[in-house]
Amino acid sequence: MFLALAGIVILVDALQLSNNRTGVDPLGPKPVPVFVGSLLIVLAVALAVAVTRGSQGEAEAGEDIDLSQPVDMKTVLLLLGVFVANIVLIDFLGWVISGGLLFYGSAIVLGSRHFIRDLVISAVLSLGTFYGFAIGLGVALPAGILQGIL
Amino acid sequence: MESFQFLLNGFATAATPINLLLAVVGVIIGTAVGVLPGIGPAMTVALLLPITYNLEPTGAIIMLASIFYGGMYGGSTTSILLNTPGESSSVVTAIEGNLMAKGGRASQALATAAMGSWVAGTIGTLLLAFFAPIVTRFAISLGAPEYFAVMLLAFVAVTAVLGSSRLRGFISLALGLAIGLVGLDSVSGQARLTFGIPQLGDGIDIVVVAVGIFALGEALWVAAHLRRRAVEVIPVGRPWMGKSDFKRSWKPWLRGTALGFPFGAIPAGGAEIPTFLSYITEKRLTKHPDDFGNGAIEGVAGPEAANNASAAGTMVPMLSLGLPTNATAAVMLAALVSYGIQPGPLLLQREGDLVWGLIASLFIGNTLLLILNLPLAPLWAKLLRIPRPYLYAGILFFASMGAYAVNGSSFDLILLLVFGLIGFGMRRFGLPVLPLIVAVILGPRVELQGRRALQLSSGDVKGLFGSVDVATGEFQLSALAIVVYVIIVLILFWPLLFKAIRKVLPAKAAAVVDEISEEPALAVAEHHHVEIVQTDEGPSRTEDKESPK
Repeated sequence: MFLALAGIVILVDALQLSNNRTGVDPLGPKPVPVFVGSLLIVLAVALAVAVTRGSQGEAEAGEDIDLSQPVDMKTVLLLLGVFVANIVLIDFLGWVISGGLLFYGSAIVLGSRHFIRDLVISAVLSLGTFYGFAIGLGVALPAGILQGIL
Repeated sequence: MESFQFLLNGFATAATPINLLLAVVGVIIGTAVGVLPGIGPAMTVALLLPITYNLEPTGAIIMLASIFYGGMYGGSTTSILLNTPGESSSVVTAIEGNLMAKGGRASQALATAAMGSWVAGTIGTLLLAFFAPIVTRFAISLGAPEYFAVMLLAFVAVTAVLGSSRLRGFISLALGLAIGLVGLDSVSGQARLTFGIPQLGDGIDIVVVAVGIFALGEALWVAAHLRRRAVEVIPVGRPWMGKSDFKRSWKPWLRGTALGFPFGAIPAGGAEIPTFLSYITEKRLTKHPDDFGNGAIEGVAGPEAANNASAAGTMVPMLSLGLPTNATAAVMLAALVSYGIQPGPLLLQREGDLVWGLIASLFIGNTLLLILNLPLAPLWAKLLRIPRPYLYAGILFFASMGAYAVNGSSFDLILLLVFGLIGFGMRRFGLPVLPLIVAVILGPRVELQGRRALQLSSGDVKGLFGSVDVATGEFQLSALAIVVYVIIVLILFWPLLFKAIRKVLPAKAAAVVDEISEEPALAVAEHHHVEIVQTDEGPSRTEDKESPK
């Protein structure tokens, strides 16, 4: 059932893609996108047919994965929320604060209940990576409002 | 023996103090991250890319190679000490390895894995040094039509041969091609699929795609299914093995190497098939058949060597043709591109120092791995107990740092999130991620070569099958291109052919099925094998089991 949904999602996706492609390009750069777009549509239909005939995608297994549990959407959505907050805040607050919040928020969402220890680890990690990477290795990380303090 | 001379020069490049230091640091960090459960070699390399951003290319790639070998070794440690195998390439190692660990022989299992990795890695790298120049010489002779055909072959092979479902493989491939289309068209300079967003004009950074799909997608996927019970970790002392263990191990190491390297070197080889074959071989040849199923050291030594040898084999098409044949090679190619190095047949000529330095540092990294990891194993085992919330929060943390640092822009974080969600969805619905990432890397180059071939023939379709001889002005068919196309067609229609063959030889096929299903110890591997050959085109599961060709 989920897979039928996936088939539809991909179909819609493919339709949109092909519309965009055909409209924009003249002959030279056009054929490949048209081909890819149509390929997506054909494959989506094929998947929808296969799914209705009972073909099932196998969910990926892993070391920390317990597939007997249902998908825990709450955790995923909360994680996404934390991640989006990081995107919004990173340029203003800087990596040290937003990255620290990212780690802190994610750890708690994922079930950690050592609030103070988490906070300490987040601070150490984000400060450590900022000094190590941005200052030590010259990787581009923003200082944000802490500019001048760090 | 020109390779030998180049290799010596390579050692001169790699053995400078700073590069040696990078190799040591790379091996340690690579192993530490690779040991962490849920992090395979591809994700290890993807997550650790930021460390290398500001190094000069040679140093960066040396470090990357060390991280790669470290990550591979770390992965096998995890699968031996934890109950559940992680990445597909260590599934087979885990079968006997975990049984050995449970039987109190964890030290010996780790030791034979470490020594086997070293033997296989060293021999594999020697073979790489030997074959890379040969393949490169061949690759340079390829014109646009041939190169186009070879890349198409890589697409089809990666998509159709590996993975559980060809249909899902091709969907993943098509998604990857679509992602590769984003940006300005390289020939006409027109914007495609940019939706008017200026940041998309330069295309999507492959590093962002790789980190999103491998790291963020995986972390989200695990978060949705996080095991709430604590996992059982088997305590381990310093790895060692006695004379008898050594006696039982060295032949499997060599056999595993012989199986692994060729499979890694051909497109669509991967590590799954050779590790599985190695396991079967050792089981057949062993003098201690009773041990199989109770933790046989041969069952660890062989597959682990095959795994590492295939990793070295993967480097041949990667360095000489610019073709990634597994996830880790795909991420490493992405890294090369981000250093401003153009992978492809000319790599060895243009960046000879770099490539030979890389090959030499593979030898060094491999040896460092052996020296460092034997004493450090108990420490690595402790890493397995890291609280899971920290582990996955850490992945999110480092993934977003790496993606931000590519261009110093928060827009890449939005892209990262999008690809993370795509990666999550793909894991949920059983779409393989490898074809996607290969398509993102190769798609634009396939298009370019195909259009170049057509330009040469002024738009005539036969331009894809050969080229006009400059001297005579006559059109000549390219034998190579045609052979490659025939192979592609064969792979595509393999399920149909297979059915036909089966009709002719029903008795023999049935015998193979019986033989496989008689071996209960193979349950895990067999299940995996079914994934490899299962198709959507109709054959039922029973039929699928019998194609260990």
